[in-house]
Amino acid sequence: MGSLIAQIVSVTLMNLGSLRRRLWMSLAMVLASAVVVAILLAFLAMAKGFEETMRGAGSSQIAILMREGSSTELNSVVLQDQVNLIGASAGVAQDSSGPMISPELYVIVDGIKKSSGTEANIPLRGLNKAGMDMRTNMRLVEGRLFTPGTNEMVVGEGVLREFDGFEIGRTVRFGKNLWTVVGVFATGGNIFESELWADINIIQSHYNRGNSYQSIRVKLDNDGDLGPLQKTIEREPRLNLEVQTERGYFASQGKQLQYIAVFGWIISAIMALGALAGALNTMYTSVADRAREIATLRALGFSSVSAFCGTIAEALVLAVAGGLLGSFAAFGFFDGLNTSTLGGSFTQVVFSFEMSPELFLQGAILALVIGFVSGFFPAWRAARMPVIVAFRHGT
Amino acid sequence: MSEDVLFQLTNVRKSFVKGKEKIPIFDNLDMGIAQGDFVAIMGPSGSGKTTLLNMLGGVDQPSGGEIWFDGARIDALSESALTRWRAENIGFIFQFYNLMPMLNAQRNVELPLLLTKLSKIRRRKNVETALALVGLSDRAKHMPGEMSGGQQQRVAIARAIVSDPKLILCDEPTGDLDRGTADEILEMLQLLNRDHGKTIVMVTHDPAAAKYAKRTLHLDKGQFVQREVVA
Repeated sequence: MGSLIAQIVSVTLMNLGSLRRRLWMSLAMVLASAVVVAILLAFLAMAKGFEETMRGAGSSQIAILMREGSSTELNSVVLQDQVNLIGASAGVAQDSSGPMISPELYVIVDGIKKSSGTEANIPLRGLNKAGMDMRTNMRLVEGRLFTPGTNEMVVGEGVLREFDGFEIGRTVRFGKNLWTVVGVFATGGNIFESELWADINIIQSHYNRGNSYQSIRVKLDNDGDLGPLQKTIEREPRLNLEVQTERGYFASQGKQLQYIAVFGWIISAIMALGALAGALNTMYTSVADRAREIATLRALGFSSVSAFCGTIAEALVLAVAGGLLGSFAAFGFFDGLNTSTLGGSFTQVVFSFEMSPELFLQGAILALVIGFVSGFFPAWRAARMPVIVAFRHGT
Repeated sequence: MSEDVLFQLTNVRKSFVKGKEKIPIFDNLDMGIAQGDFVAIMGPSGSGKTTLLNMLGGVDQPSGGEIWFDGARIDALSESALTRWRAENIGFIFQFYNLMPMLNAQRNVELPLLLTKLSKIRRRKNVETALALVGLSDRAKHMPGEMSGGQQQRVAIARAIVSDPKLILCDEPTGDLDRGTADEILEMLQLLNRDHGKTIVMVTHDPAAAKYAKRTLHLDKGQFVQREVVA
């Protein structure tokens, strides 16, 4: 066994030592592997960044209630009497001014994207002081909060970064109404930074919503305990609402972009097939180039297993080198890159590509698969190389 | 079989199939090689000398008959068993040296020892001894590309003898060398045979090279046509 390992190590080192003879073909294999891994990681980083943006917005201390059957706030309607009933329910935390409840409106307005100059949807959220207080990770980056009863609004950092015309002091027209930007807020990079916030009563008035809302947020008495609220909803026929924790709601919204990850894998798999064709060619060339060396070693008594493993190892080293190159390239180009896309409520969600160790691992696995598959058949040929080749005359 | 016979071929047959045609190479070939012998095998192209060398080296298998080596039959061994047998018993010297171009002389000579259980220190000592025997101690760290053809062939000889095999098989060992260098190599083989008791079988086209052997076997159309004892 020790001898076999020594043989495999020796053959592998010899193969790697002879790479200079096949420099360009070997580099082509490294680059092909790098491109495939970089593209996969770009897609996965996009999906991961979106998911993290959504997940980061949710708190298990907050419950969100929407009309039965509504998957998003946009297509939900909640009436004032329902807000009152929920406010009186057990399980809702209280502070000095009463139950911590925030009825909220969520309307869509237009903005011009800096990147493309095209119009895109931005959510304008109406909320009250309790709603602001519930978002404990919210901090003002610049300016001040809007004054209730006025056409003032604060903008998320993501909106400021991705859209034109939302700097502090600017006046923005939505429909017939003019709004003044008075502050910029951050919420730790989550989805709320993709929103505009203003006084709920003003939005109700400007958008003819009467006494209706689209969602209710309440702070829970006990972290994650929806039981009392669910009992209230079951008991009270007027409450045709569904309740879930805010964390659960945003986590499910985040899953919507999982198709990006799937798409990334499909694209990468197709590209990997192309890379494999090139890699196979490289490895078959390698075996042909080393034919006499392989046969000589076999004549000296080296096993066919060592010829097989040495060739596989060469392919793996080249593919993994490409994988590392691709991973670093993806990290350099994409990690932290800001972009926006259409979220579940038909509004733009601003998020950052996010690389993680888990994604690097997936890239490494893809590189290993490319290396193994591209090395297997040439390695088989190397293992079956007739020893007689060592005796052929001519170089 | 006499005790000092190292190799014995009995009724060995060998043929190749080319398309639908069966081309016979040997038909009932008999041959014995004694321990300590130095045999040159000569013959025209296509006479079967390289095929014979391949069968002696366990690189090729006969179509029929028996091949015995040191009291053990080898013609029926599996490929992996033959590989182990080669590692333990045979040293090869090729016409074009077949050194690993990415390894220096020392590492090239060490290759057969990687198949043994010798320690690294022991391997290093054996390599030094083999290189000293071929007069290349000062070239141990040189790469093949930095050495002349004669020096490369001497490294190949060191590689062939480093694991102390019972038999050294040489395939046109001087075919790529000038006369002077060829004579040096042949003298070295003669010394290994005479002073170190190595059994050597050498395939060659060159009558001058064959004169260094103890006897020469002439092959023609798969048969020995003449036997001549040189020394």
